[in-house]
Amino acid sequence: MNAAANEGFMDYQKLLNQTVQEIKPSGIRKYFDLAHQMKDVISLGVGEPDFATPWEIRQAGIDSLKERKTWYTANRGLEKLCCAISKYYMERFGLCYAPNAEIMVTVGGSEALDLAIRALISPGDEVIIPQPSFVCYEPITRLCGGVPVIIETKAEDSFKLRAKDLAAAITEKTKLLVLPFPANPTGAVMRKEDLEEIAEVLREKEIMILSDEIYCELTYGSPHVSIAQLEGMQEKTILVGGFSKSFAMTGWRLGYALAPEAVLKQMLKIHQFAIMSSPTTSQYAAIKAMSDYEGYIAPMREEYDRRRRLIVEGFNRLGLTCFQPEGAFYIFPSIKKTGLTSEEFCQKLLQEERLALVPGTAFGDCGEGYVRVSYAYSLKHITQALERLEKFMKQFD
Amino acid sequence: MNQILNLLAEDASLSIHQLAVMTGKSEEEVKKEKEMLEEAGIIKGYRAVIDWDKTEKEDVTALIEIRVSPKAHLGFDEIARQIASFEEVESVFLMSGSFDLCATVVGKSLKEVAFFVSGKLGVMDSVLSCATHFILKKYKDSGISFGDEPEDERGRE
Repeated sequence: MNAAANEGFMDYQKLLNQTVQEIKPSGIRKYFDLAHQMKDVISLGVGEPDFATPWEIRQAGIDSLKERKTWYTANRGLEKLCCAISKYYMERFGLCYAPNAEIMVTVGGSEALDLAIRALISPGDEVIIPQPSFVCYEPITRLCGGVPVIIETKAEDSFKLRAKDLAAAITEKTKLLVLPFPANPTGAVMRKEDLEEIAEVLREKEIMILSDEIYCELTYGSPHVSIAQLEGMQEKTILVGGFSKSFAMTGWRLGYALAPEAVLKQMLKIHQFAIMSSPTTSQYAAIKAMSDYEGYIAPMREEYDRRRRLIVEGFNRLGLTCFQPEGAFYIFPSIKKTGLTSEEFCQKLLQEERLALVPGTAFGDCGEGYVRVSYAYSLKHITQALERLEKFMKQFD
Repeated sequence: MNQILNLLAEDASLSIHQLAVMTGKSEEEVKKEKEMLEEAGIIKGYRAVIDWDKTEKEDVTALIEIRVSPKAHLGFDEIARQIASFEEVESVFLMSGSFDLCATVVGKSLKEVAFFVSGKLGVMDSVLSCATHFILKKYKDSGISFGDEPEDERGRE
């Protein structure tokens, strides 16, 4: 008997976990599916680099395969890679993490985020999540029985997390603060002085910080500062990074977590049972990436910066104003002057001009009135998209 | 490196406005800098990269290896310039290795190019020998791939 025939007997709704069923699928997806069904669509929707992984890094992956390195690695990851990550954080941020105790390699930054939340959150614990932000923090928290406490960041604050909002959100049940900067979808960054204010609020509290710094290499104003660099903060911080965005290695699925040993030990346990070890080929490639990180990243960062300037000017000129984003590869312009909701705007733009953007609401309710625009696209592509947008915006003059 | 040069090397069709926005300079500054680069002979010209195979035009291009014998008053540079002055010649390079100069020549037919080599190039006093290689197909030129643009496979996250 096949599964379909069996279906009559099975009450899947009853069988499936209630929390899982209640989670909505990611709002980013919907527009891609729509766009894929139409012809001649230009998209500024995608959240991953358009560059291919630098050739030498790819070659290192290929070499590892030729050398028959096709087995599992240690749960934590290759020792050489953990050491390379440790060296990078020392050189780049002056942060000291022990390769054999405070570092682990994960399947993308995403796994590290999942592990961190799972290792910390018990039912009823509160997790503070600033929004608009990446889509995964809230569902993972819910899966653990945790309670997401949303802080809405605002355009007039350049979408930074403000200390007073944080202080107001903290209760006795607060266990974790998610700090996702440089931010997807807004491009916001937290400078040292902004982080100092946050650290001030947290210093006397027993609250951990999940600092999602996957975009740390893609900042355009000043170099990234991690909250772990501030006095007394490293022991409160789980720092998540990865190779996807900075080295254009999304498909390799490789990230890492840096955390105090006691926390990392528990995360490693979950990883051990759920994943075993991160992809071996990717780990060898990543060692190569770390061997000359600035050399690989700098040309891409420069290219993103040019595109960023072009696209910010383009949107502002058309009256879709956005603040100057300083990180990641997104801008988050306001579409309020059109009188449309984010969803309506994106739908209409897709139908009339075949340009696909992602509505701000995919990143939290407070994303209403905004759209996410990615500039991980060629200059030619961006120029074409701006032309379509200009045509579209004429009706709102 | 000069930012304007880098950008124009990639795409000469960028407008003054776009260049200004991308470099964070004023349009006036960019205009001035571009003119300076042109006057200094650093920017030599602006041309489109065309895949002629997709048009009616049936030109042929040959790459010619040339061995020459430089003399006291007629060195490599002088010979190369003489060769460059033929209008059939598109580019001339001084080379290391088993020949001295390399030229690309464009003609309407194989015959025309062959006649140019035998009638004009090969008979020059300082030219010892020529080896002509016709280009059959272009895969990439000036950093631009001539194949079909690969599809953007992203967006399946």
